[in-house]
Amino acid sequence: MQYIPNILFAILLIVGAGFFIKNIKKIIRNIKLGKSIDRTDNKSERWRNMINIALGQSKMVRRPVAGILHIIVYVGFIIINIEVIEIILDGLLGTHRLFAPLGGFYSFLIGSFEILAFLVLVSVTIFWIRRMVVRIPRFWNKEMKGFPKNDALYILYFEMILMSLFLLMNAFDINLQNLESPHYIKAGAFPISQFIAPLFAGIAEGSLIIFERTAWWIHIIGIFIFLNYLYYSKHLHILLAFPNTFYANLELKGKFKNNSTVTEEVKLMLDPDADPYAMPEENPDAEIEKFGASDVADLNWVQLMNAYTCTECGRCTSVCPANLTGKELSPRNIMMKTRDRLEEVGKNIDKNGEFKDDNKQLLNDYITPEELWACTTCNACVEECPINIDPLSIIMDMRQFLVMEQSAAPQELNMMMTNIENNGAPWQYNQMDRLNWKDEE
Amino acid sequence: MIVPTMAEMMAQGKQPEILFWVGAAGSYDDRAKKITRAFVKILHAAKVDFAVLGTEETSTGDVAKRAGNEMLFQMQAMMNIEVLNSYEIKTIVTADPHSFNTLKNEYPELGGNYKVYHHTQYISKLIKEGRLTLSSKKLNNKNVTFHDPCYLGRANGEFESPRDIIKKLGTKYTEMKRSKSTALCCGAGGAQMFKDAEKGNKEINVLRTEDAIEVNPEIIATACPYCNTMMTDGVKVKEKEKTIQVLDIAELIANANEL
Ligand code: SF4
Ligand code: SF4
Repeated sequence: MQYIPNILFAILLIVGAGFFIKNIKKIIRNIKLGKSIDRTDNKSERWRNMINIALGQSKMVRRPVAGILHIIVYVGFIIINIEVIEIILDGLLGTHRLFAPLGGFYSFLIGSFEILAFLVLVSVTIFWIRRMVVRIPRFWNKEMKGFPKNDALYILYFEMILMSLFLLMNAFDINLQNLESPHYIKAGAFPISQFIAPLFAGIAEGSLIIFERTAWWIHIIGIFIFLNYLYYSKHLHILLAFPNTFYANLELKGKFKNNSTVTEEVKLMLDPDADPYAMPEENPDAEIEKFGASDVADLNWVQLMNAYTCTECGRCTSVCPANLTGKELSPRNIMMKTRDRLEEVGKNIDKNGEFKDDNKQLLNDYITPEELWACTTCNACVEECPINIDPLSIIMDMRQFLVMEQSAAPQELNMMMTNIENNGAPWQYNQMDRLNWKDEE
Repeated sequence: MIVPTMAEMMAQGKQPEILFWVGAAGSYDDRAKKITRAFVKILHAAKVDFAVLGTEETSTGDVAKRAGNEMLFQMQAMMNIEVLNSYEIKTIVTADPHSFNTLKNEYPELGGNYKVYHHTQYISKLIKEGRLTLSSKKLNNKNVTFHDPCYLGRANGEFESPRDIIKKLGTKYTEMKRSKSTALCCGAGGAQMFKDAEKGNKEINVLRTEDAIEVNPEIIATACPYCNTMMTDGVKVKEKEKTIQVLDIAELIANANEL
């Protein structure tokens, strides 16, 4: 009988970790639906970016208040996870405070965890106030309704509950240690929970043990739930921020990629030696290359990973000139819609074994041409994103589809392009007048 | 004014130091032509041996690319590259950040490899080399602010050349709240120049002009013909055209040095 808790815990661990791994595999499969793109050059710069931007959060602190609070929560999250190792081992082995023999160092660890837990609690509360009381505008854009809004709040509540449970657990533990209850060895330092402990002084040992165990179990179950909630949440970024910053574009922001299929075609067209009547080589297997993107599978895998990584922080949208002037376009929403569509495609594959046409696509059903045409390609969103997401590249790929596959540019742009074709300038001027400026004035 | 073309140069068996890429706006737009002429005056003052392509120049295709028409872009690019390479061009200077960006970043893969300068970078270089001295008398203590062109600043990381020049002119320089890498677009990029804006509650150029007005400038300095148009219109909407001038950095220099 005495092993029942251990067994229960082992089952919980297997189920919790199992689900998590299953979901991670699904994400990887979905990301791989994207087209290939080589981002393996310049390894040292990539590592540097990952260390500075993901680990060091260098772009977060451009907005100092949010940045510093975020670092506290993040450091707290990572360091307190060391304690989770002890909790898991205790759970499996039926021990209590397995690492206690570390002595002074153990006290130092537990003491630091407590201080961090307290700081996280404070930071998360300030986050909540910024969102719900101060109502910082970027958290209240149109796209932040329903799940996206709640998602952000759930995580804040989660953190609050987990941190409180951790401190409560220790507060009960202090009392049990003071009662010299067997099993509850004297260990650890409790700079925060020592102030909570007196609240429970005088409670009978039996009840204290029940309280302590309950807090312990809820805490660890909460951690497993959190782990598995990640998949559905914008909080995937705590994992994906690392590969995302590693594989981000390293080129200058102004350099847009050239389509190599187009290059081949143009070369043929301009080659005076090419036989204009020559039939293209017959290759029945060759898929006709589609220009640009109308659905998620036309995007590359880095763009799809971007979608899963987006934290929905809205920093991009808060600097987007189109969005600031009331246009429909929001770069954050471009990322959110891409993820939504990718999830839909993923579920379709789960259900049918392979993708079955659902008469939907990213273009129109999710992202409208109106949004796409409002972009000034200013790169402000790309510059601002704390984890190097590139909403602009998706906008450009989709524009390319609209123009090259559907000739669906706004009328004025069609005129502009016709002018370039006819007279080499976006306006209707005579090519022969190009140098007139030198004799004017 | 004297503006030699590459064809003329070639006929005389000469190769100029730089090719001045004028760009469509600089060639045809009445406001932008003034910027073009101001820059030519500077080139003359610094005794730069330059030439233009003249009627052999055609759209870089940049705006077609940003509009999504990769085919048209690459057609233009390859035609231009053929001309540029046949003249064995090594160095290109342009006053249009969009041409600058595409020539510098997107042409190499298509076979066009040149050293490309934005005119503010080239002017800075002339100053450093002692070929051009700026006079600080005329603009002394004028309140000036600078609007970063997206395709010079964020897109290519050039923030300092324009600012250095403005400061060397003796002006009282004030930075806008949104500046350098966080500068707000004027609203012209990404082919927006050639179409009406989507439905919204404001024009982007007006918002950007408000940013500028906040710092009380007498002159809003620009470094792009499209930004110049946008900011000029913005100033008109705000009915400030009596007190605020919108001038390209080349024009500032031409004024200051009385070229
Ligand atoms: S590049 Fe487009 S989407 Fe991004 S901030 Fe600029 S206008 Fe907005
Ligand atoms: S794309 Fe980047 S800046 Fe925009 S909401 Fe997502 S994480 Fe934030």
